[in-house]
Amino acid sequence: MPPLAQRNLFHDKVRLTVTLTGIVFSVVLIVVQLGLFLGFTTATSNLIDHSGADLWITSKNVPYVEQGVAFSERKLNQVRAVPGVADAQKLIARWTQWKRHDGGQDSVQIVGINVDDTLERPWNLVQGRVEDLKSPDAVILDELYKQKLGVTAVGEVFEIGGHRARVVGFTHGIRSFTTSPYVFTTFKNAQNYTSLREDQTMFILVKVAPGASLEQVRRDLLNNVKDVEVFKTSEFSRMTTFYWMFTTGAGVAVLIAAVLGLVVGFVVVAQTIYATTVDHIREYGTLKAMGAPNSYVYKVIMKQAAIAAVMGYVLGMIVSVFVVNGSQKGGAAILMPPSMAVGMFFLTLLMCVGAALVSINKVTRIDPAMVFKG
Amino acid sequence: MESNMQSAITVQKLTKNYEEGATGTLALRGVDLDVHPGELLMLMGPSGSGKTTLLSIMGCILTATSGSVRVAGREVVGLNEKQLPALRLEHIGFVFQGFNLFPTLTAGENVELMLDLKGVSTAKAKKRSQELLEQVGLGEKYSAFPADLSGGQKQRVAIARALAGDPGIILADEPTAALDSHTGRNVMEMMSDLAHKRQRAVVIVTHDSRVLNFADRIVRIEDGAIASNTEAEMVPAGVLSLNQPQAAIGLV
Ligand SMILES: Nc1ncnc2c1ncn2[C@@H]1O[C@H](COP(=O)(O)OP(=O)(O)OP(=O)(O)O)[C@@H](O)[C@H]1O
Ligand SMILES: [Mg+2]
Repeated sequence: MPPLAQRNLFHDKVRLTVTLTGIVFSVVLIVVQLGLFLGFTTATSNLIDHSGADLWITSKNVPYVEQGVAFSERKLNQVRAVPGVADAQKLIARWTQWKRHDGGQDSVQIVGINVDDTLERPWNLVQGRVEDLKSPDAVILDELYKQKLGVTAVGEVFEIGGHRARVVGFTHGIRSFTTSPYVFTTFKNAQNYTSLREDQTMFILVKVAPGASLEQVRRDLLNNVKDVEVFKTSEFSRMTTFYWMFTTGAGVAVLIAAVLGLVVGFVVVAQTIYATTVDHIREYGTLKAMGAPNSYVYKVIMKQAAIAAVMGYVLGMIVSVFVVNGSQKGGAAILMPPSMAVGMFFLTLLMCVGAALVSINKVTRIDPAMVFKG
Repeated sequence: MESNMQSAITVQKLTKNYEEGATGTLALRGVDLDVHPGELLMLMGPSGSGKTTLLSIMGCILTATSGSVRVAGREVVGLNEKQLPALRLEHIGFVFQGFNLFPTLTAGENVELMLDLKGVSTAKAKKRSQELLEQVGLGEKYSAFPADLSGGQKQRVAIARALAGDPGIILADEPTAALDSHTGRNVMEMMSDLAHKRQRAVVIVTHDSRVLNFADRIVRIEDGAIASNTEAEMVPAGVLSLNQPQAAIGLV
């Protein structure tokens, strides 16, 4: 086919610019919003997904990890007595106050672990070692939150929940979804920082012995330990994510913004392709008079949409990559895995071709007899 | 009906009512006409008399209200929206007053579009379009865009494009109206050759008395009906040179 679609598309530079701007805007908006959604989702369940545990034991009616309720740490022995439990460790995850040197306070989430164990250790350390937590009052936090918490270097001393805290290391990229940074410390310190009673814990993490049935261990735990819930890690992760993303409406908001991006792109492309079609209506009439079936004319219009889609996608992705990279230093990460980039291509193509369908109706109704009208 | 077999187009008892308003417009009221291969037929008549309507129906881009139209031996009245384009593609080439070239395509590409419609491969189409442009004297203009061609050159590209489909029938509505008289004659010579040297059936709607001497037959339409249908030999030669076509036909 002679390059009618390309030429007609490129003929009107202003309209092409509008079309591409619409597509780029749409692509960037969708990537950013879906990327935020993905970043949020990852952040909400970060702690759970990296715990290394198979099962999470909580008090009754705990809907998500930030809403843990303290219970007696004597349950730990009951848990350990259940067959199939290879390892069980207490865990504290609780909000408290961090006091900066300037006197200002910030909310943080204390994560109290057993440093001698493998469960829920801080990961991605860029400075210090997990073992450093064994020194008195030691805490590790993420370098993302240095500025927020007024930390500049290892060795600095702060106050958490009225108790002394000394920074011994930094992690990289452990984001919390709430604005409160995670602060890793020993279980004992955590009890002090969060004013938990000495015989209390908030969670018990369980590692199941190789070969043991997860489901069976879970049932046995429920039967043998009173007043607790037992969740599979994946289940608790989902619950926590669901709470933050949907019960709070945060996720819905970004998803709506993503859909809006799609709608805006669709409308702009539909409008410009339609206007281009109307501009060239006489040519399409001539084509039909020459004996072209409707499908031939559709192909010309669809080709225009597809070319615009590919160009808009490439430009949009270039912008998106900058935005995504820029976000890595900020409080909310925008994630764009390769699958999303690929999916986005097809979404853009679908959006543009779908928008061009609006013009199909116009083409179908072109009366070829128009060619003889002045 | 023997003669119908040889006709390129046979029109019988054709009526066309444009259904608009309460009663519509009866644009054709019982037209009978034969067009033969090798013949250049000119359709004349006052404005609004139905010339374009008749040409459109013969070209299968407009449907008749009643009557019969046979194109290349096939009845077209009653054919549907899918069958008509295929018929046009196979048998009919159009030439328009406004040229109707694709402005974003070069002269060569304009011709190739027709060849593409006919299913000719890209490589063959390139060669063929070059040949067709040479036939109309525009061999050097293959890469020129319509905007850079004169009116006569544009019309010749349009003729090359119509010929690309290798149609048995060429239909033209006022093909010389937008051209000066010299260029107009040049285009008419080309049309005449198509009829006489290449045995195409050529129907031309025209108001242009300067080109009447190219006609083999002149059909005059008035008010949706054929007023006269005259072989050119019967038109006194002197009259044709007059710049008054109405008067010329009126004499017969
Ligand atoms: N699409 C249409 N809808 C309604 N009426 C139409 C339409 N096309 C033509 N007509 C009417 O049909 C009649 C014949 O029109 P037609 O265009 O065939 O005339 P014509 O002989 O080609 O005129 P001209 O010399 O001005 O081109 C006119 O009365 C015209 O108003
Ligand atoms: Mg007309």
